[in-house]
Amino acid sequence: MHRIAPRVASLLLLALAGLLGGCGTSARQRPIVLQFWAMGQEGRAAARLVRGFEREHPDLRVEVQQLPWAAAHAKLLTAYAGGTTPDVAQMGNTWIPEMAALRAIVPLQPFIAGSRIVTPADYFPGIWGSNVVAGRVYGVPWYVDTRLIFYRRDILAAAGFDHPPRSWAGWLRMMAAIKARARPGDWAALLPLNEFEQLVSFSLEQPGSFLKDHDRYGNFQSPQFRRALRFYLRFFREGYAPRIDNTQIASVPIEFARGHYAFYVSGPWMIREFQRHMPASVQQDWATAPLPGPAGAAGNSGIAGGASLVIFRNSRHQAAAWKLIEYLSRPAVQDEFHRLTGDLPPRRASWARPDIARNPYAAAFRTQLEHARAVPRIAEYEQIVREMQTIAARAAWGELDTAQATALMDRKTDAILAKRRWMIAHGRLP
Amino acid sequence: MRPGRRIAGWVFIAPALIVIGVFFLLPVLLAVGLSLTDFDIYALASLRNLQFVGLDNYLAVLRMGLFWRALGNTLYFVVVGVPLSIGAALGAALLVHSRLARCRGFFRVALFTPVVTNLIAVAVIWKYLFQTRYGIVNFVLGRFGVHPVDWLGDPHMAMPTIILFALWKNFGYAMIIVLAGLQAIPDELYEAARLDGASAWRQLRHITLPLLGPTLMTVGLLTMVGYFQLFAEPYVMTEGGPLQSTLSVLYLMYNQGFDWWNLGLASAIAFVLFVFTLAATGLLVRAGRRKGWV
Repeated sequence: MHRIAPRVASLLLLALAGLLGGCGTSARQRPIVLQFWAMGQEGRAAARLVRGFEREHPDLRVEVQQLPWAAAHAKLLTAYAGGTTPDVAQMGNTWIPEMAALRAIVPLQPFIAGSRIVTPADYFPGIWGSNVVAGRVYGVPWYVDTRLIFYRRDILAAAGFDHPPRSWAGWLRMMAAIKARARPGDWAALLPLNEFEQLVSFSLEQPGSFLKDHDRYGNFQSPQFRRALRFYLRFFREGYAPRIDNTQIASVPIEFARGHYAFYVSGPWMIREFQRHMPASVQQDWATAPLPGPAGAAGNSGIAGGASLVIFRNSRHQAAAWKLIEYLSRPAVQDEFHRLTGDLPPRRASWARPDIARNPYAAAFRTQLEHARAVPRIAEYEQIVREMQTIAARAAWGELDTAQATALMDRKTDAILAKRRWMIAHGRLP
Repeated sequence: MRPGRRIAGWVFIAPALIVIGVFFLLPVLLAVGLSLTDFDIYALASLRNLQFVGLDNYLAVLRMGLFWRALGNTLYFVVVGVPLSIGAALGAALLVHSRLARCRGFFRVALFTPVVTNLIAVAVIWKYLFQTRYGIVNFVLGRFGVHPVDWLGDPHMAMPTIILFALWKNFGYAMIIVLAGLQAIPDELYEAARLDGASAWRQLRHITLPLLGPTLMTVGLLTMVGYFQLFAEPYVMTEGGPLQSTLSVLYLMYNQGFDWWNLGLASAIAFVLFVFTLAATGLLVRAGRRKGWV
């Protein structure tokens, strides 16, 4: 007890001093508190990044709330329904069209027009484009995601190849050679059958889209998509990749380190996973490469994904919220963000910072990001591609052929988009 | 009855009625209403975008290939899982109840333990045990020369594996109820049967089982209704895969309702599942009535 007493006294003194100090500055307003929701590891990093922002703006405070990714989408929707949305939030690019359709978030052009920090031309065009819904910008990209090839150099070398795949045909040849030499139980590639990103990536490597007529109908029966699907299915039909879901894989880095797979198609976060969880003995043996185009590397592209920062319509501090977005968009801050999370920045100025420029695994992402394409920006996107993947998986198991699969994809997609067509016909969607 | 008494009666049951009304009847009625609309993400934006669609959602459900697949999977789970669970519960109860058994208390607790474990946690552990390449199950089987089985990755094996898991997780609960039923059977009957020279098998067949009928009926109903609600096991272990072989009706409803926010359609799925559960329960009750177990 006698030990605590002095502390209590000093606390009381401090509180008193605070009160007096408060009296002295009573002319100043109380700081504006910004609510900032961020997910997963970005949420942890954000809590550190905002300290610098608060130092620069003594009149602003930022409360960072960390959401787990798995619950984030439902939480945002319920917050919208309950009118308790934050001021600023991190948002997966594919959720932006949905939030825009709900009118939950505001267009940002007025802010961007007056900004010297957020300069659209500096951003990778596909990434920027993924934030544009019906001609309006709803988000400022925060970090990027594009799916490309992680591969084992040593396994390729043993099969007689000194470079990563440069065309679809070349990739298939490599996998045939690797599979021919593989031990039983080993495969050339890992493309989990419940992930839609690989097939979407392949389809984006050609002109056109898998939706048509202002994203009102499916376009899966187009020759371009059919070619992408045929290529995708060869991974499974030729036995290059196992027909498994990602729920069946204990640990990708460990499987990859053991040589069970020579190719894996995934995103930027996998760089850190591989660096952390693969033994030192194979750290020299893996590399990243852009997805090869159908005819050659020149046409390569892929999904322009990632997460952006958005401002909610309900926010009473939109100007202050924009200042926070500007702060987080500075190349120096994005550099620190990269150090904290490993996330890759969405603008070229940030890629010029030494830390990231030196990262050998990031270079392939930099190449691909210049050509990456935005996916259709409609609220139903994720439902459509999940449906697409369900059908593609059935085709991979041999239940459907390519023609049946694409016809089914179109039929399902047209049904999913019925409400969207109704909305457009009644002038309720731009 | 005097009016005052009648009012007093209503006052006494009012709290219960209000709770049932607010937390059960009202939501059910709202869900019925919801299932007659196309409530979706656009309706969340503005109720102007909400359309009354009558029975369209129900027709859509009945025309949905995936629904029938999910229903098939659910029925597979119920038809195989329920008899196995009851059988295992009966067997375990007989063993634990037997006079010859030692450490009965220990075995009762041990067999009941899975019931009180957390489903998510044990599902994750089972996923590890049944991992194709590193799982201990395949390791042990390998010692006996069995080739690795792709327990959760093969579309034909995934549901049996999940049934096995549900069996292990749930039979203890049924076992406890059956045990209570066994203890209620008077010893004199067995004594009389023994004096008449009845074998253990005939005692089981002609004393235990008939007297246990009502208990088994109750346990069967409870288990069946529970098994129709299959969700958490595939949600944790397979996410409905591979090839939708473990997608249940409830999982489909979850997808539609909470992933895609098609709450109208999801509500319709819920009611269709309710009808199927009711029909199956009705069949079981009818069979039980013929035997005089209900």
